[in-house]
Amino acid sequence: MPLTLEIITGERRLLRQEDVDEVIAPGSLGELGILPNHAPLITSLVPGELRVKTGNDVEEFYVGGGFLEVHSDEVTVLADAAEHGGEIDAERAEMARQRALERLEQATDADRARAQAALARSLQRLRVLEHRRRRGGGGREMSRPTG
Amino acid sequence: MANTREIRRRIRSVENTAKITNAIQLVAASKMRRAQDRALQARPYAEKMQAVLGHLSGVAGDPDTAHPLLERREINETTVILITPDRGLCGGLIANLERHTGEIVLGPEAGGSGDISMIPVGRKGGDYFQRFGINFRASFQELGDYPGLAETQPISRIAIDDYTEGHVDQVLLVYASFVNTVSQTPVTVPILPVEPPASAEETSGETQYIFEPSPQEVLADLLPRYVDLLVYQAVLEAAASEQSARMVAMRNATDAANDMIADLTLVYNKARQEQITSELLDITGGVEALKG
Repeated sequence: MPLTLEIITGERRLLRQEDVDEVIAPGSLGELGILPNHAPLITSLVPGELRVKTGNDVEEFYVGGGFLEVHSDEVTVLADAAEHGGEIDAERAEMARQRALERLEQATDADRARAQAALARSLQRLRVLEHRRRRGGGGREMSRPTG
Repeated sequence: MANTREIRRRIRSVENTAKITNAIQLVAASKMRRAQDRALQARPYAEKMQAVLGHLSGVAGDPDTAHPLLERREINETTVILITPDRGLCGGLIANLERHTGEIVLGPEAGGSGDISMIPVGRKGGDYFQRFGINFRASFQELGDYPGLAETQPISRIAIDDYTEGHVDQVLLVYASFVNTVSQTPVTVPILPVEPPASAEETSGETQYIFEPSPQEVLADLLPRYVDLLVYQAVLEAAASEQSARMVAMRNATDAANDMIADLTLVYNKARQEQITSELLDITGGVEALKG
């Protein structure tokens, strides 16, 4: 039986898909793969790439930290921010990366952590884009999220 | 008898007012729909988060010691986050919010269990309570018609920081809860210390979750986000309340203006008729006099 995957942020429901074969998520203890019949699990996530495998298709998403719950073949991702690979703005991510690097150079202790977090987010966005490009783009059409 | 020209001027002025109130009403109606929509969109996340928090509160150990944000302390200072609109023209909404908040921060009970401070969100509430010399820990304005989490997070983060650093011992959230289009009621929701939702064990059976890295660490990650979410949802709901209150108030104003126009038109026609009658009398009188 395949998995049902839901990706929700505070502002919208990004995705609900019922025929997912595997979810690979950026857990705080490292990347983890979830297959059907997984034990009930709640884990925190770090900013990173979330991959969704359906048949031979792979879709990339960016999640900006949050939580993941697995319960009776339902995977729910509660993300602080989440974007479909195709939604990511490469220019913006690149600018964010440079800004974070600049700030990191002159940062005091308090700002340092924040700059580092911003840097991690922008790097992960770029990584998702890079993977998507290397795979050759589109994947299957996804309905545009509302809101 | 009122001068016809004066009445005509009056009618024109009321007509202009009606046009403006009608325009505000239409704008508020469309903003209300969008604001309601956003409040609905935030719901699945909130429900899920509450469920996870429910699972956690059962396993993370004694709630008083599991995390600083859960810890109940003796109350030396309470801070009230008051969410009001930035602009008026929304009927009794603002006055109701101010009265409701006034009972908490100015009433006989106020300060009974320590000091009171506020974090006003929205210009109206801030302006009002400033006059009473209440200490503001922070103040926010112009969040926009459709605030996102990025806009509301600074509010909750200040509350969380003040709480963890021990400046305040209780945080209350006051906002206009959206009952329906014609009814919005001020409500008070305690947000800190966090009151975990009733443990979900009864509803979900006896599921044993694996927590990674550990229940305590997941809890520590989750609680600040939960507070963020409570504030975000309140702001969204307050926005929907504001727009619907404004829509209803402006509809009433437009109706009243139209009634007034009808009344004035009647008076105007009467006055005109009287004027014509008296002019005719003058003429016939003059003619009679010439005959004689």
